[in-house]
Amino acid sequence: MKTLEELMAIRDKTRQNMTAREGTGEVTRVVVGMATCGIAAGARPVLNTFSQEIARRKLAHVTVSQTGCIGMCQYEPIVEVFVPGQEKVTYVKMTPEKAAKVVADHIVNGNVVTEYTVGTVEK
Amino acid sequence: MYRSHVLVCGGTGCTSSNSAAIIEALEKEIEAKGLSDEIKVIRTGCFGLCALGPIMIVYPEGCFYSQVQVEDVPEIVEEHLLKGRMVKRLLYDETVHAGDAIKSLNETNFYKKQKRVALRNCGVIDPENIDEYIAYDGYQALAKCLTEYTPEQVIDIVKRSGLRGRGGGGFPTGRKWELAAMNKADQKYVVCNADEGDPGAFMDRSVLEGDPHCIVEAMAICGYAVGATEGYVYVRAEYPIAVKRLQKAIVDARAYGLLGNDLFGSGFDFDLHVRLGAGAFVCGEETALMTSIEGNRGEPRPRPPYPAVKGLFGKPTTENNVETFANVPQIILNGPEYFSSMGTEKSKGTKVFALGGKINNTGLVEIPMGTTLREIIEEIGGGIPNGKKFKAAQTGGPSGGCIPADLIDTPIDYDNLTAIGCMMGSGGLIVMDEDNCMVDIAKFFLDFTVDESCGKCSPCRIGTKRMREILEKITSGKGTLEDIDKLEELAHYIKENSLCGLGQTAPNPVLSTLKFFRDEYIAHVVDKRCPAGVCKALLNYYIDPDKCIGCGLCARACPVGAISGSIKSPHVIDVMKCIKCGACMDKCKKIKAISKR
Repeated sequence: MKTLEELMAIRDKTRQNMTAREGTGEVTRVVVGMATCGIAAGARPVLNTFSQEIARRKLAHVTVSQTGCIGMCQYEPIVEVFVPGQEKVTYVKMTPEKAAKVVADHIVNGNVVTEYTVGTVEK
Repeated sequence: MYRSHVLVCGGTGCTSSNSAAIIEALEKEIEAKGLSDEIKVIRTGCFGLCALGPIMIVYPEGCFYSQVQVEDVPEIVEEHLLKGRMVKRLLYDETVHAGDAIKSLNETNFYKKQKRVALRNCGVIDPENIDEYIAYDGYQALAKCLTEYTPEQVIDIVKRSGLRGRGGGGFPTGRKWELAAMNKADQKYVVCNADEGDPGAFMDRSVLEGDPHCIVEAMAICGYAVGATEGYVYVRAEYPIAVKRLQKAIVDARAYGLLGNDLFGSGFDFDLHVRLGAGAFVCGEETALMTSIEGNRGEPRPRPPYPAVKGLFGKPTTENNVETFANVPQIILNGPEYFSSMGTEKSKGTKVFALGGKINNTGLVEIPMGTTLREIIEEIGGGIPNGKKFKAAQTGGPSGGCIPADLIDTPIDYDNLTAIGCMMGSGGLIVMDEDNCMVDIAKFFLDFTVDESCGKCSPCRIGTKRMREILEKITSGKGTLEDIDKLEELAHYIKENSLCGLGQTAPNPVLSTLKFFRDEYIAHVVDKRCPAGVCKALLNYYIDPDKCIGCGLCARACPVGAISGSIKSPHVIDVMKCIKCGACMDKCKKIKAISKR
């Protein structure tokens, strides 16, 4: 290693993978329902898609975690997105494809994907 | 991208309570559940709260699991990692809010008052992964020194920070570097003293185990400042985990070109070697340490010449303690004002203490200088177990003294401790309650120094032994008032005439207990009584005939048949036969008919 730039490149690259350890605070949280009902309905591929998309887009301020049964098992896989300072958004009947769209539209660009939310689907 | 990171403490404390097996089980279980691509397991250094080990922290939730057993692992993986439901019974109570919300560790009493500078990466990064150290700004301080500052500027920054040696003496670090830099020589050395020998101190071990790269980086910075191209870390062979991680850190740093030739294209060369000590306490003394590195018997030599003039292999040498070095990269990165803004007027920054003895939260704490003993014991340490009363705290191990209960509000820094006849030492802090006998404590530390005296000079070799003999006389009930005076006189003599720090400080435990607890010494020689009920020769066990219900439990527990009496009538202890083991008293916990006096 001969320059500070090389050092900083390693720093930035590794730091990306350590965001999960920085705790809560001003971060966007994606919470996937992973109770038996969620897993049976295919929550795992949804969770993995979120992880991969977020890593691919280098979104350092977003964490992905799971939760238990929310109580609307017929709508699983359910995903809740908490953006600091905004209302919680609940997406239902998620698929990996829908997950990718949520990352792109909602998390990156700030546009809630209304067609997947619980309010729309229930009607 | 791993969605969750599981940090398991791999420090010596948690490793000895089986954290290695927990990590293994965790990895196996994660693999079995097919979560290997989603969850990362990291073995870190010490979190500090050793009393609750083995410790596991799960991120992003920041969930703090304490006293985890191998049997708990499947439940943690199944419930938490797979389904996202925390295993509540394992959570550290202090982190749980009413309503089951998790609060951050930094809000708990144990961490709230702490300020982590030397320990900042311990329990946060994987110590065996150089990239994680770099991710938290590692090696940036070295790059900054080599590319932006002259050696004089580096020394000036360290001087202005007010950093003082954390090994015990408290000599200003910048001044030490300056002295070595002034001496011209074809070869100079940097030495890191990791021969932590005080009973009860383990902060140097924890830094090496939790953040070895910060020592590598700081030594290279020191080398640049003083003009040395080679460094030695002298570490005890009893610290196998620390040695292993340090050696890996050196290999990794070399591979990245952070040790070796022409660092950061500046033309500065620096390399490190590790030397293992065989565990002699005297080798923590700088001249003995260097003699030992040279391959000779670890014995001190007279100073001057000081190591800055003539040290290792006869060349100018800068020697600092692990914790001192651990502060250096942060001082360079954040500026000297950052460091000097913490602490008291003459003692800047923070100090790590190893809390031990009669205290609830045994472990490692780092606090700003000037924090009072009361804050450390009552707030951070969580108080004294079993509702006992605080009697004294011992700092500085066998070289230090004790702080009695009425000085509990003393702000802890170098000068305040010296003023009350104590010593910062390396930072062992042993808490004692009303059940500790101060004469016995003094004897304990003298036993240690008698064993560890290298034998080179007679005041230390013979003097400490004579002192111990007097203390034995006192604790066995054969002492006289003249013995106390003789003890005190001898203590002063040894202090003034010994060759090195070991002998010069060896009488401190005796002197300070004499100063604050002279009445206890007098009780031993005049009343032939040990007020705390520790010195066996001075106490007898009695059964209170009014309380005794004659159950016979005590008689059955007595290993020497010293208790007699018929069922349902009061029993009696034959003091001639009694060996004072206390087994009868343990059995009589409900009735409390047996007492010692």
